[in-house]
Amino acid sequence: MAPKQVTAIKAAVFVLALVPFARLVWLTLTGALVEPLQFITRSTGDWTLYFLCITLAVTPLRRLSKWNWLLKVRRMVGLFAFFYALLHFTTFLWFDHFFDVAEMLKDVARRPFILVGFIAFVLLVPLAVTSTNAMVRRLGGKRWQWLHRLIYVIAPLGVLHFWWMKAAKHDLNQPMLFVAIVAVLLALRAWWAWQKQTPARAGVAQR
Amino acid sequence: MLIKRSPNGIDLPFSSEITPRAVFENRRAFIRQIAAGSIAGGALLEMLSREAFAQGAKAKLPAQRNAAYSAQDKLTALHDATHYNNFYEFGTDKSDPAENAGTLRPRPWTVSIEGEVKKPMTLDLDALLKLAPLEERVYRLRCVEGWSMVIPWIGYSFSEIIKRVEPTGNAKYVEFISLADRKQMPGVNSRVLDWPYTEGLRLDEANHPLALLTLGMYGETLPNQNGAPVRLVVPWKYGFKSAKSIVKIRFVRDMPRTSWNRSAPSEYGFYSNVNPNVDHPRWSQATERRIGEDSFLSRKRKTPMFNGYDVASLYTGMDLKKNF
Repeated sequence: MAPKQVTAIKAAVFVLALVPFARLVWLTLTGALVEPLQFITRSTGDWTLYFLCITLAVTPLRRLSKWNWLLKVRRMVGLFAFFYALLHFTTFLWFDHFFDVAEMLKDVARRPFILVGFIAFVLLVPLAVTSTNAMVRRLGGKRWQWLHRLIYVIAPLGVLHFWWMKAAKHDLNQPMLFVAIVAVLLALRAWWAWQKQTPARAGVAQR
Repeated sequence: MLIKRSPNGIDLPFSSEITPRAVFENRRAFIRQIAAGSIAGGALLEMLSREAFAQGAKAKLPAQRNAAYSAQDKLTALHDATHYNNFYEFGTDKSDPAENAGTLRPRPWTVSIEGEVKKPMTLDLDALLKLAPLEERVYRLRCVEGWSMVIPWIGYSFSEIIKRVEPTGNAKYVEFISLADRKQMPGVNSRVLDWPYTEGLRLDEANHPLALLTLGMYGETLPNQNGAPVRLVVPWKYGFKSAKSIVKIRFVRDMPRTSWNRSAPSEYGFYSNVNPNVDHPRWSQATERRIGEDSFLSRKRKTPMFNGYDVASLYTGMDLKKNF
């Protein structure tokens, strides 16, 4: 794919990824929501999970479709996951605790589902910080890649956070869908890793 | 003044006292929806008509305000009180009841009152409306999820019912059972709770004058999504203790297993009094957000014990941390 086309795709993804945010701002400003604070908390959480899933889907999709250009938008999609996670965390700190950090930390320690979400958020921070080309160079490709495999931990933690929040109300349709999606996306990787190893172990020449 | 017969047949002889505020809020809500609709596009018309349907069967329900039982707090806008609801029989999202409750038929309706009583009875809606003088009472409503509203309910103390059915000495608790009709209530097809929705009070709690058998709000009969045609309101307890769309009331010896208590006993106790000192396992109960009033710029307000109602004497000697 030509560089121009990649740039166009990147621009389109960027705009699309901002639609949920624009919608949220619009609904809030027009007064269409009865309880905007809860809506903002919920929808930023939802979109964090969507973007985590999309990020995880890039590699399998690329392997199956051979669309290599997909790799070029992955970092941006991942950054949008962080963007929505940051909004989600800010709503918690703002609406629930009114920037009382001591109160917030108490809450994080006391309530496991918040703690799990908080850990997932904290783990996202180094990934966001090292998302620039300069950081890739500084770390070296291999180390950078290892660091960014943290996503394999972050996504399940995010889903667990959502599951726990919904669990007591026995309303698990949505969380189960996320578990299924993340499980498939991670299982594919495990399968490919295992396949790559097996022939080597059996001594079969690959190339 | 022209007194019109309402479509659902409630015909009261005295002229109605419409709160101008409610009318005003309605109009503003409509304008707000139009604004929101400019991006919702074609869905708007359908949404508005469905909402109109959900609230459709309302009729004026005049009542004198009982100042002794009315909070001085600012009223929650009618639109907010009817579009942010927990009523799982119509779906688990807050907006579901307003969208889906149009299928509920609040008339004809009967409530059977039975169990450990000398005079069991089955009352239809007209009998319920005439059973005792209707009062308007402004109560604070505190949801277990940490939000609150202030609603002008219309009804009379549940003790009026107790007086008439004459409980026997065996009656220790009262069980309230809601309608669970798959045809009228789409949410009943899901398994989020064991249907029918069941709630309960200790007999002395039910007999407290604040416990309101409720037939209306904001000067009108109850909108479907708020528990039409008859519900309970127990203002010192979390909202879910107040069963909606009640079809059966049983006076019983043993503490009833309530829906939420069965579903998650560690999170929803039988008493569920509003108590800032007992956290929900997943969030603090110390503070709350008043819907429509508190915004981005306000710190959450402190929740008072028993939601600010003077009912401590009902629980003398009880450990409310254990009996949450």
